[in-house]
Amino acid sequence: MIDSSDSSRRKGADKAGEAGLEEARLRQQAIGVKLRHMFDEVVNEPVPDEFLDILKRADAKSSGGGA
Amino acid sequence: MSSPRLGAAPKPASADDEGFKRELVQLIPHLRAFARTLTGDPTAADDLAQDAMMKAWDARASYQMGTNMKAWTFMILRNQFYSEKRRSWRQSQLDQEAAERTLVAVDDPEAPVALDELRQALKTLPEEQREALILVGAGGFAYEEAAEICGCAVGTVKSRVSRARRALQATLEKGGYGRDGKAAGDAMRTILGEADRLAGARS
Repeated sequence: MIDSSDSSRRKGADKAGEAGLEEARLRQQAIGVKLRHMFDEVVNEPVPDEFLDILKRADAKSSGGGA
Repeated sequence: MSSPRLGAAPKPASADDEGFKRELVQLIPHLRAFARTLTGDPTAADDLAQDAMMKAWDARASYQMGTNMKAWTFMILRNQFYSEKRRSWRQSQLDQEAAERTLVAVDDPEAPVALDELRQALKTLPEEQREALILVGAGGFAYEEAAEICGCAVGTVKSRVSRARRALQATLEKGGYGRDGKAAGDAMRTILGEADRLAGARS
């Protein structure tokens, strides 16, 4: 299958190439959706109280005239 | 000091602090998500996100309101991650070996296949490709913003993202890390199916 080069075969190959490109594009899109989903899953988790506690303490310290 | 032009307090007014804090709080979920993709471990990720949050808070005077605070905090988090990593380089070599062993061993048949496979495939990417792909492909940053966060040229980010995409697809199609009992390409097929479902649910 390496050296056949008649035009109908080549057309077929072009078409296959296009379909392949389209397929690759679809796959990339799917990976993108999945990637965002993975990231958003964490974004949508409730934020642990620790974060706000730390920030509150830091805020109190800076407005309380310390350090 | 008695300069009348610098009449304001040496520190920004607390009204500014309030606004800054409000914005920062809104960014916490995103910082956690980014940290999770860098460390791969939820506990270490939250430690990192907390450190970055405090660094951002301490540096609030150097932040210009109205500029891109998300990119600014992501840059802080990323710098924090790499400087900690450099500091613990010796231990991390051992840790890494252990992590790689665990990574290979992680094969919970109950785990949702597609997400699990995607996470594992992500881990096979070089770090700089992974972070570029996450920032652009999941974090919603423009190439220019991602370049700023990573401290490199826009073209570099573009090529990293495209190499990451290709590598990820190849890995998912080949099932490069071997999930026994699964035909090659299974992960990709599952992802294609789930992507359709998710896209449908979103609109």
